[in-house]
Amino acid sequence: MSLVLEPNIADPDGFYQALIDSQRDMSDAEAQMMNCKLILVLANHIGDGDVLRRALAVAGGRVEPGAAGG
Amino acid sequence: MLKTYTYPKFAHRRSAEQAEGRVVRHPVVVIGAGPIGLTAALDLGRRGLATVVLDDNDTVSIGSRAVCYAKRPLEIWNRLGCAAPMVAKGVSWKVGKVFFENDLRYAFDLLPEADHEMPAMINLQQYHLEEMIIAACGTLANVDLRWKHKVIALRQEPDHVVLTVETPDGIFTLEADWVVACDGANSDTRKMVGAEFTGQFFQDRFLIADVVMKADFPTERWFWFDPPFHRNQSTLLHKQSDDVWRIDFQLGWEADPVEEKKPEKVIPRLKAMLGEETEFELEWVSIYQFACRRIDQFRHGRVLFAGDAAHQVSPFGARGANTGVQDIDNLAWKLKAVIEGRAPEALIDSYHEERAFAADDNLRQSTRSTDFITPKSEMSRRFRNAVLELAADHPFARPLVNSGRLSTPTPYVASSLNTPDEDVFAGKMAPGTNCADAPVSVAGRDDWLLHHLGAGFVVMTFGPAPVSSVRRQGIEAQVLSIGEDLVDVKGLVAERYDGRPGTTYLIRPDQYVAARFRAFDADALGRALARACAA
Repeated sequence: MSLVLEPNIADPDGFYQALIDSQRDMSDAEAQMMNCKLILVLANHIGDGDVLRRALAVAGGRVEPGAAGG
Repeated sequence: MLKTYTYPKFAHRRSAEQAEGRVVRHPVVVIGAGPIGLTAALDLGRRGLATVVLDDNDTVSIGSRAVCYAKRPLEIWNRLGCAAPMVAKGVSWKVGKVFFENDLRYAFDLLPEADHEMPAMINLQQYHLEEMIIAACGTLANVDLRWKHKVIALRQEPDHVVLTVETPDGIFTLEADWVVACDGANSDTRKMVGAEFTGQFFQDRFLIADVVMKADFPTERWFWFDPPFHRNQSTLLHKQSDDVWRIDFQLGWEADPVEEKKPEKVIPRLKAMLGEETEFELEWVSIYQFACRRIDQFRHGRVLFAGDAAHQVSPFGARGANTGVQDIDNLAWKLKAVIEGRAPEALIDSYHEERAFAADDNLRQSTRSTDFITPKSEMSRRFRNAVLELAADHPFARPLVNSGRLSTPTPYVASSLNTPDEDVFAGKMAPGTNCADAPVSVAGRDDWLLHHLGAGFVVMTFGPAPVSSVRRQGIEAQVLSIGEDLVDVKGLVAERYDGRPGTTYLIRPDQYVAARFRAFDADALGRALARACAA
């Protein structure tokens, strides 16, 4: 499995609105906590260590060999 | 302080060599009589090497310090004949609970595999443990424990070490073919050989308190992140023997270590945690800052480093004493073979190869726990708290909670002493792995497999043994037949070792698998034996 970087969301505008709406009534701190949980939930759904490492790099993060786990 | 324990005083005795002004060359001198140095003396002594231990003090560990001992060190001490009193006196536990803020977020069970002689984990004060190993050393005529002997200088010669030692009777010199330095994280020996000791220091401080109380907490490991009684920090509660409880409070980097140690500061913290009505007495208090560091080389000439002198880890996960004991398990048989001229000195170099690999694994585990427990940034703290909040309702988040992964042996997967598999095997017993225990019987009596491994090399074969021993260059391996010598009463030896008729293992004196084959081939076993001795 490799990280999907081509468009993969059927309704991009709908998803983006849902993402923004999901945090509309939150303080910055609450939204940051939600973002953390969202990352963890999605990372678990993906599971694959190589895909996760690649995603960390695409997002601009530093990735060390063996990081992210399987 | 210390209401439950009276420290023994070990008599300082002037040695004959000091009294007569003779310089004596000893095969092995161990520096430091903590749990690691004492284990070294016991293992070397039982393997038949005369061993002198030098310690600058005359009693056991002040305060309980190390608390948790895992199955593998207990198996090593069992091989050395001193695990029974530890297990009898220690507190066995297997359930851990993790709290975040006010609530229990999840509980884990170590779920120890059944049918092993030793428990998964016991808690026992370090002073009790040391006293038990000292008692075991006392049964050996070739172990010479010398108290109030402080090494003040060390000089390396090509084939020995010259030590200058200070005692209440003055200063004298002694020589050693080999020195095993077990003098702790602040090792003077390490400084004397000029070794590097580098790694990461954590900007955090912890208060450790041992309290005596009759409490109805269950015998479990409880870990709190950000509890209401100690905001923004972590706390750990652990039971020891004699109604002594270990409590760790994370204090943060700003805490004043002198001020925080005072009972008037410690007691209110404990009351906030335990409740005003709980009666307790403070037994021992200490403040520490921890580091994850490793020595550059475990061998410096004729000086071999073990335990905290070689590697220092954070306390979460009980990796300090537990890994130190395994250093000795790895080293003692190698020293014996080299000193007796039955293996080349290269075997000693494999001590660094295998144990530095294990130390790096421990340091990695320990650093990961520390990053979870003491987040370095606000964002790290948010991720940590997100994991803890999710863990209550969602099983996926629970394996991410890291309040200290409990110490398990590191297999020497890539060791140069291993003979790589040529056949396919199921299960965990690959070359470089410590042998799993299993129930057996001998002449109708219940027994354990590990009791029959560890005296020397063993060839363990499933089915009849074609010969009684295999020899190679002065090293002999006794053949042990599963079926003839030992009866596999529950079939678990076959299950754990994927043993079929003819399956044959070569097992090292430290109970690690060196090689395995699907058929008994004396030539292949001889080659594997030579390889396992670096010959």
